[in-house]
Amino acid sequence: MTPEQTNTPARQRWMSTLAKAAPAQLHALCDGLDEWPAHTWLRPPEVGGVMVRGRAGGTGAPFNLGEMTVTRCALRLPCGTVGHGYVQGRDKAHAERAALIDALMQTDRAGAIRAAILTPLEEAAQTARATRAAKAAATKVDFFTMVRGED
Amino acid sequence: MYVAVKGGERAIDNAHDWLAEERRGDTSIAELSIAQIREQLSLAVNRVMAEGSLYDPDLAALAIKQSRGDLIEAIFLIRAYRTTLPRIGHSTPVDTGAMACDRRISATFKDAPGGQVLGPTFDYTHRLLDFKLAAEGEVPEAATGEAQERDMPRITDFLNREGLIQDEVRSDETPPDMTRQPMDYPANRALRLQALTRGDEGFVLGMAYSTQRGYGRNHPFVGELRIGTVAVEMDIPELGFAIDIGEITLTECETVNQFMGSKTEPPQFTRGYGLTFGQTERKAISMALVDRALRWKELGEDNEGAPAQDEEFVLSHADNIQATGFLEHIKLPHYVDFQSELELIRKVRAEAMAHQHKEAAE
Repeated sequence: MTPEQTNTPARQRWMSTLAKAAPAQLHALCDGLDEWPAHTWLRPPEVGGVMVRGRAGGTGAPFNLGEMTVTRCALRLPCGTVGHGYVQGRDKAHAERAALIDALMQTDRAGAIRAAILTPLEEAAQTARATRAAKAAATKVDFFTMVRGED
Repeated sequence: MYVAVKGGERAIDNAHDWLAEERRGDTSIAELSIAQIREQLSLAVNRVMAEGSLYDPDLAALAIKQSRGDLIEAIFLIRAYRTTLPRIGHSTPVDTGAMACDRRISATFKDAPGGQVLGPTFDYTHRLLDFKLAAEGEVPEAATGEAQERDMPRITDFLNREGLIQDEVRSDETPPDMTRQPMDYPANRALRLQALTRGDEGFVLGMAYSTQRGYGRNHPFVGELRIGTVAVEMDIPELGFAIDIGEITLTECETVNQFMGSKTEPPQFTRGYGLTFGQTERKAISMALVDRALRWKELGEDNEGAPAQDEEFVLSHADNIQATGFLEHIKLPHYVDFQSELELIRKVRAEAMAHQHKEAAE
């Protein structure tokens, strides 16, 4: 039992991190982990579409913007813990790893999994975001309006 | 009418084999990978995602490769694939106010809080061919600056504070979905926005341009244009909470339009809205102009009879897959149809000739 087992905001965060992770990085991080538990499928990986919605004017009534590909699955560990994977794209192995990690994060291996997988993923996402933000900041301009001489 | 024909299988197979060979081109030239297309032709990838109405850069890159760079053919492939996907659900509406912006400009306020951020733009380039790109070479790394850790406020919010701009009424109404039910006229704004965001860039651009040239003029300013990434959040029913299921790049354009008031509305600024997948700003700006033109009825404006004010005309011709499907089908065998036309014209001609002879004899 870990404090994270009943903590929904924490679980939302790690599932979100796993969904947005680059499949190749998640794969590499998982390779470093020795013991993978056996699992039974509750829902084998399935590729589908999610309709993304926007709002008119950014803040008004919702409208359908278009779909994105999502892969999902659900599995159960021998101890009975259930893990869900919902990830962007069509990579079934990505969804499987996400579900396994979601399940393990609800067990006493949570601390080790967080250190080995979630923290590096979060750091990579933060670095990628900061790099783009820094490049954007370098293109920030001040436009000067020329005085037309009316006054 | 198209009538099914039989035969020609061998010719068709051979044509497809030759197509594959032509697609590959000269084999002494290295083959393009999907990753190369995704990374180096990213604006083509973005257009295919926007008009294919499916956000998946790898699939869009594959479609571009398969279609030999014919983007409408690529969009066709994506639309066809899309129909095979089971619908898992829908996202909560994306929060573009929290976008991590690569680009954010306003043509109305030079001192916009958050600043004018140009991003990786073609604007201010000289549009001269760069022959350095013809040679392989390293690209200098982009400069970096001090980033601010705060959301970019919406430009229209400033005008809204003074009550000078028409308000967007927030709701959580379920929007109609043209991929699930046939188009119905009159369409509401949600349906129009869906049709426009997946509409053909060239068509929507042409319609938008027509409003600028006076056919349904609505005096637009680009209040704000922003490009960047947003998280996509979805409620997971089996878990009872929402998670981010991914992150996508979007382009958003809000126009601020001069409006002198009508019978029902006071003088104020009004809005047009464009939101598109990927970095697709020409499309997003065009969409915003056409959205605004199509709102004439709800704002109590006059119908000038301009094409861009006619929603049935705009929405039913904006889809390049429907358009190309109907247009290109006329090249398929119409032998039976044509046979009857041929007989008809022979008959009418014979009658006309007989009549002429008769007149000449008299």
